[in-house]
Amino acid sequence: MKQLAALQQQGRRSNSFRSNSSPLDATVDGAIKSPATIFWLFLHGVCCLISLVLGFRFSRLVFFLLFSASPSPSTTTIYSALRTTLPVISSPQERNVSADGGGSRVVVGRHGILIRPWPHPDPAEVMKAHRIIERVQAEQRSQYGVKNPRTVIAITPTYVRTFQTLHLTGVMHSLMNMRYDLVWIVVEAGGTTNETASLIAKSGLKTIHIGVDGKMPLLWEDRHKFESRMRLHALRIVREKKLDGIVMFADDSNMHSLELFDEIQNVKWIGAVSVGILAHSGGSEEGDVLMRESDADEKDEKKSQIPVQGPACNASGNLAGWHTFDTRPFVERSAIYIGDRAVVLPRKLEWAGFVLNSRLVWEDVEGKPVWVKDLVEIGKDGEDIESPLSLLKDTSVVEPLGSCGRKVLLWWLRVEARADSKFPASWIIDPPLDITVPAKRTPWPDAPPELPAYVEKVTTIPENTEKRPAKSGSKRKRSSRSKRKHNAKVLDIRASTKHAGDN
Amino acid sequence: MLKLRRPSSSRSGRAILPAKQMQLAVLNGKKSKDTEEVSARCEMEFSMWGCLLLALFTASIGVEGIDRRGARTERISGSAGDVLDDNPVGKLKVYVYELPSKYNKKILHKDPRCLTHMFAAEIFMHQFLLTSAVRTLNPNEADWFYTPVYSTCDLAPNGLPLPFKSPRMMRSAIQLISARWPYWNRTEGADHFFLVPHDFGACFHYQEEKAIKRGILPLLQRSTLVQTFGQQNHVCLNDGSITIPPYAPPEKIMSHLIPPDTPRSIFVYFRGLFYDVNNDPEGGYYARGARASMWENFKNNPLFDISTDHPTTYYEDMQRAVFCLCPLGWAPWSPRLVEAVIFGCIPVIIADDIVLPFADAIPWEEIGVFVAEKDVPYLDTILTSIPVDVILRKQRLLANPSMKQAMLFPQPAQSGDAFHQILNGLARKLPHDKRIYLKPGEKVLNWTAGPVGDHKPW
Repeated sequence: MKQLAALQQQGRRSNSFRSNSSPLDATVDGAIKSPATIFWLFLHGVCCLISLVLGFRFSRLVFFLLFSASPSPSTTTIYSALRTTLPVISSPQERNVSADGGGSRVVVGRHGILIRPWPHPDPAEVMKAHRIIERVQAEQRSQYGVKNPRTVIAITPTYVRTFQTLHLTGVMHSLMNMRYDLVWIVVEAGGTTNETASLIAKSGLKTIHIGVDGKMPLLWEDRHKFESRMRLHALRIVREKKLDGIVMFADDSNMHSLELFDEIQNVKWIGAVSVGILAHSGGSEEGDVLMRESDADEKDEKKSQIPVQGPACNASGNLAGWHTFDTRPFVERSAIYIGDRAVVLPRKLEWAGFVLNSRLVWEDVEGKPVWVKDLVEIGKDGEDIESPLSLLKDTSVVEPLGSCGRKVLLWWLRVEARADSKFPASWIIDPPLDITVPAKRTPWPDAPPELPAYVEKVTTIPENTEKRPAKSGSKRKRSSRSKRKHNAKVLDIRASTKHAGDN
Repeated sequence: MLKLRRPSSSRSGRAILPAKQMQLAVLNGKKSKDTEEVSARCEMEFSMWGCLLLALFTASIGVEGIDRRGARTERISGSAGDVLDDNPVGKLKVYVYELPSKYNKKILHKDPRCLTHMFAAEIFMHQFLLTSAVRTLNPNEADWFYTPVYSTCDLAPNGLPLPFKSPRMMRSAIQLISARWPYWNRTEGADHFFLVPHDFGACFHYQEEKAIKRGILPLLQRSTLVQTFGQQNHVCLNDGSITIPPYAPPEKIMSHLIPPDTPRSIFVYFRGLFYDVNNDPEGGYYARGARASMWENFKNNPLFDISTDHPTTYYEDMQRAVFCLCPLGWAPWSPRLVEAVIFGCIPVIIADDIVLPFADAIPWEEIGVFVAEKDVPYLDTILTSIPVDVILRKQRLLANPSMKQAMLFPQPAQSGDAFHQILNGLARKLPHDKRIYLKPGEKVLNWTAGPVGDHKPW
């Protein structure tokens, strides 16, 4: 439409100029020199000139002004392309209600563009709108979302170590964002500590913090077993306190999508979801080896390299088996101890991929299915419980969730620093760090090579962030002592930036 | 709906007319024949000032014209389910005239774009009727007669229909059916119906002033017109016309559905023009200034997601919005209404005196929000002061599948869709009043009325 309209626009534009002048030509041709015609000619010429100057049809505006002085049924604010030359009249309170028998007259033609005096949002109305939106969304949830949502009981085994804050904060934020009622059972190896307690207290969630005696072992094998023990311990708490809801296992280094929590509401007794296995550690050589391995594998047989653990369904949508992560390419190079720079392998089926109805672990509950063993019988002798499947006498009753395992709703990852790595307790640097200046004569073992001043400035700036006005004097003294030109420059820069930071 | 304006080879007066009409209306409150004649003469003259003086003179005499419009369309308010679910089969019989293919098939062959634009209802209605159960091959037992003329299929290169030949085409078709069959002359078309989905219906013009000047084609005055245009007290809407929604391709709409539990987070949504710089460079004509007012008042308001963008997620965004603005453009109707209803977004209708589709079957006041054009600057106040339970109720009514079905023209036809609503509307007009049957030789229609150009054979 635009092209045709554009063509016409050319015609129309020129027309609006011609319109003033063509009648002029007509009169000249008419050759009737009566005073009336001369008067009209003159008036026309004046109109033309004014229109030329203003850039639009002046007469229309006059019509509009003249005739909207009479009772018009609307509040009028005149808007025009030349806002500076025309006044903006606004009378929002004036409302002449003209009610004819046949309804208000709708007129064809030019209308004013109504602008109210303060065309900006009113905060009270914005709040009202937000409340309306909230209410609409709540209604949507109740209509299309899950009816009777059940409490989610999340069990997280953890222990104090360098990566704990990173991992636990991730899980915490996922749980804070999901909209169902929650009970978070945090099981800590080595007993409860203030560090963990203060971290989870920041979430504002309902938590049960319990400790299990015994330090977390150093080897991955043992750590998996210990974690299973911790989870069983948590299940015993669920049993004792008769917590009602859906039990899911939120390992602290895993990543959960919010869809997962919506999906697990559909579980009846025990369900399984697909878990994406991210068994990858740093080190590019790993990647290369992996590629070569996968090529070799493909030649042998068609095996899916999909890093997913979860239920496998047959054509009719029933549970037919299990997908597990193929660990064979990594077996020689897997990580042994925590912090080892190698691939950390998952177990056959991770606990994280299962969800249970909490009633399965209760003592005497009516309607408890026959195929479940009593919790007390499991793990009594300290044997390793690999997955909740050990709770079942018959594993075929597991419900596959997430459109039959096709949707991966959570990801398994194990990233840890070495067990002996140091980190500030609850990540607060207190007391402040001692300043360390790289001395030229005795280089540090990992010190970077000699670099120009500006790079050095970059490397030294981070130590500058604390506020230590008292020590600035000693720094200056050192700079004078070193007698190195560019070092002095560096320190001066540092001092100046520190001052900037202080201010 | 976008408008074309022809380059006016004519005169100054062409531009006068709008201003004149306004001032006249303001003075009188009614359009009258005399002042219109005066203004027509003005167009021939060369001075706006002269016209002004003349008009003032005649207006002061106070000649009143006849009110052309009668009673307004009625609306049955009640549960949406009742009337919408009526099954027209058995209630009426429709005879489809077999016109030569130059009136329908050939035109469609020349330009298949007619099947997807918003005026495609005329083509699909024909196809529906050919295979429908209400069709009868015996014209003597028919209650209604349908003439398949595709008058909105003469498309410009940009896709917009040119209505210049439509009056002649329609006239030619009517001449044909009145010559070949006796049923037209029996009632002079009072039991015939035509689909005229163009901008201003059977006025056959896209410019409102011109359309009003032409008026409904004189030969169609007695027939039932099924059209998208609807405005009360307007020349181009006859009493007894059936208003239908514009055509929206159902597959395209259904392919953009998102899960219903996606939370509605946009408060007010609108995508479209506010100023039509091509056809209305001065501003104030397009949409009677309502769209421009919307923009100027709410461009800074974060609750209003309005812009001239053409996003690919237009349909998805409508499903995430609570209110969808449906302001008038060059004509009061727009496909936005259909889209809003289907996507469950409450339509905010800003078009004074509009007559909405199937107004006697769908309780529009209970589903949508009506805002007068003069109240547009206070739209945010109006919308936020609607009580929440009213909003929830409107959303519930919109979620009713029969409502959505009634707005669509699916292929093949399904029960409760727009085709059936049209038939229901026709069935509700039965039985025909005995007075429509003319005595033999009696003539009511004036075959020579209308502009001279219309009489040229097509």
